[in-house]
Amino acid sequence: MTQGAPRRELAEVLLHRRTGAYHLLSLVAPTIASTARAGQFVGLQPGMNRPFLLRRPFSIHRVERHGPGFGAIEIVFDVVGPGTEVLSELRPHDTVDVLGPLGQPFSLPDEPCSCLLVGGGYGVAPLFFLAEELRVRDCRVDFVVGASTTDRLFKAIEAKRLGRTAVITTEDGSSGQRGVVTDPMPALMAQARTRMVYACGPMPMLAAVSRVAAAAGVPCQVSVEELMACGTGICFSCMIPMVDDGQRASTRMARSCVDGPVLDGAAIAWEEVAVS
Amino acid sequence: MNPDQEPDADVQVQPELAVDLCGVPLATPILAASGCFGFGREMSAYLDLAAIGGVVTKSVSLEPRRGRPTPRMAETPSGMLNAIGLQNPGVEEFCRTDLQFLREAGARVAVSVVGRSAEEFARVAERLAAEDAVHLIELNLSCPNVDTPGEVFAAEPGTAALVTRAVKSVARQPVLAKLTADVSDVVAVARACVEAGADGLTLINTLLGMAVDVHRRRPKLAAVTGGLSGPAIRPVAVRCVWQVASALPEVPIVGLGGVMTGEDAAEMLLVGATAVQVGTANFVNPLATAEIADGLRAYLQSQRIASVTELPTLFKPER
Repeated sequence: MTQGAPRRELAEVLLHRRTGAYHLLSLVAPTIASTARAGQFVGLQPGMNRPFLLRRPFSIHRVERHGPGFGAIEIVFDVVGPGTEVLSELRPHDTVDVLGPLGQPFSLPDEPCSCLLVGGGYGVAPLFFLAEELRVRDCRVDFVVGASTTDRLFKAIEAKRLGRTAVITTEDGSSGQRGVVTDPMPALMAQARTRMVYACGPMPMLAAVSRVAAAAGVPCQVSVEELMACGTGICFSCMIPMVDDGQRASTRMARSCVDGPVLDGAAIAWEEVAVS
Repeated sequence: MNPDQEPDADVQVQPELAVDLCGVPLATPILAASGCFGFGREMSAYLDLAAIGGVVTKSVSLEPRRGRPTPRMAETPSGMLNAIGLQNPGVEEFCRTDLQFLREAGARVAVSVVGRSAEEFARVAERLAAEDAVHLIELNLSCPNVDTPGEVFAAEPGTAALVTRAVKSVARQPVLAKLTADVSDVVAVARACVEAGADGLTLINTLLGMAVDVHRRRPKLAAVTGGLSGPAIRPVAVRCVWQVASALPEVPIVGLGGVMTGEDAAEMLLVGATAVQVGTANFVNPLATAEIADGLRAYLQSQRIASVTELPTLFKPER
């Protein structure tokens, strides 16, 4: 294990800004920032002395290891309930209880190779951290960034800057190609000679991306999401059913939080995954 | 018990947290509750498992169980619902892997045992009888996430006693019967378990609950209903511990339900618990078992009480 043990930090809010439909929080969490790897997440507790107790899990969007923001981590969220509502009210110099880094990171290729990064909605957030790690390893990076509508795209312009190519899809056609992220994948993968697909977004999208990658014979790592209570592997809420490979523990279940969130797309029993 | 007895006048030393639970010495009265600590492995990255009071494992059945579909969890006011469905690797794999880990970590271990029949409970307890790393057995007679209401053995004194008796005939470790508050007379169930040989009682399990996503007009849990835990249920737990401790003062009781702080733990101990389990708090804070013990120590110091074992004798029930 190269990643450090998770730590609980009382993190100061450095910056909070809106980006499209989403909120971006920059938090001073130097221990987490120094050990985190792309694909890992943090648990934020918005509810100290409030009627909701549990931490909310967020992928790490970026870490600052140099420059004036040294020691900061960035997370991205959408307001979907009372917890994220409270987080949306955080202002610079407020503090928030953060636990991390949690979970398994994306595996990086041993040799430089061509990688396709596919993100849906704000699921694209951890792929920016990943793209930086891949570029350091001289990997080619291409992006597909999709959302239902333009305002639900996350940093599509920055994807164009970071990737060799970046294709944007929206379901309503308000930006880029009309359609979903899997539409441009086959042609892109052939053209870029993709050797690894990385994806993050809603579960039905991850199922579809895994299918397209498998059809092309390319391995695919997906960052899954499932409701979790703890984020530390003890509550068994966030289970993902896995295919039987003869190796896995008797229950054929993986925990999103400690066995994931990054899992092999081909190892997930997608037909058993509850789609809500 | 003399409620008018005053606490020790001048306590300078660190208050004593060690307790004896059914003959098993515990470093502190704060244990991790079943289903809220996995099998201890993940938490060992945060805590020294030998330094906390003990670990009650996730419930173990004879055969592996995959549990319920997701979503298995829904947050509710001051608590949460879960419908995990007793996912576990089965007693054989548990003994081979998780129990060995707990032994090497030096933890005090209570194994939570579950079954669909008295016979299954007994067979799991029989398998555990040979394991010296198991210090206590806790019978999960009260999980609400089961296939039929008949599997909630603690719903009736008769069925609770049946399982307890079957386990006691084969168990080598002291046996705690874990009961539910979802009954009209918890004392009657508690008494039946004690008469059937239970060495102690654990009170309470989650309460059967339900939450609805009104926008989608569907239950929030795939299993529709689930077990409610967290501070929302603490007054119910305190009431149950109080009722049972008053009726059965000689029987060791482990209290749990929404304990988040040292003072919450003191509340359970004051009304008659010998030890306290911490469940949902572990989900929020992996250090909860250690920090709650620290909080309890600070409480005892502020109250000038020398030992945690004095707490039940210092409670003044008349207000």
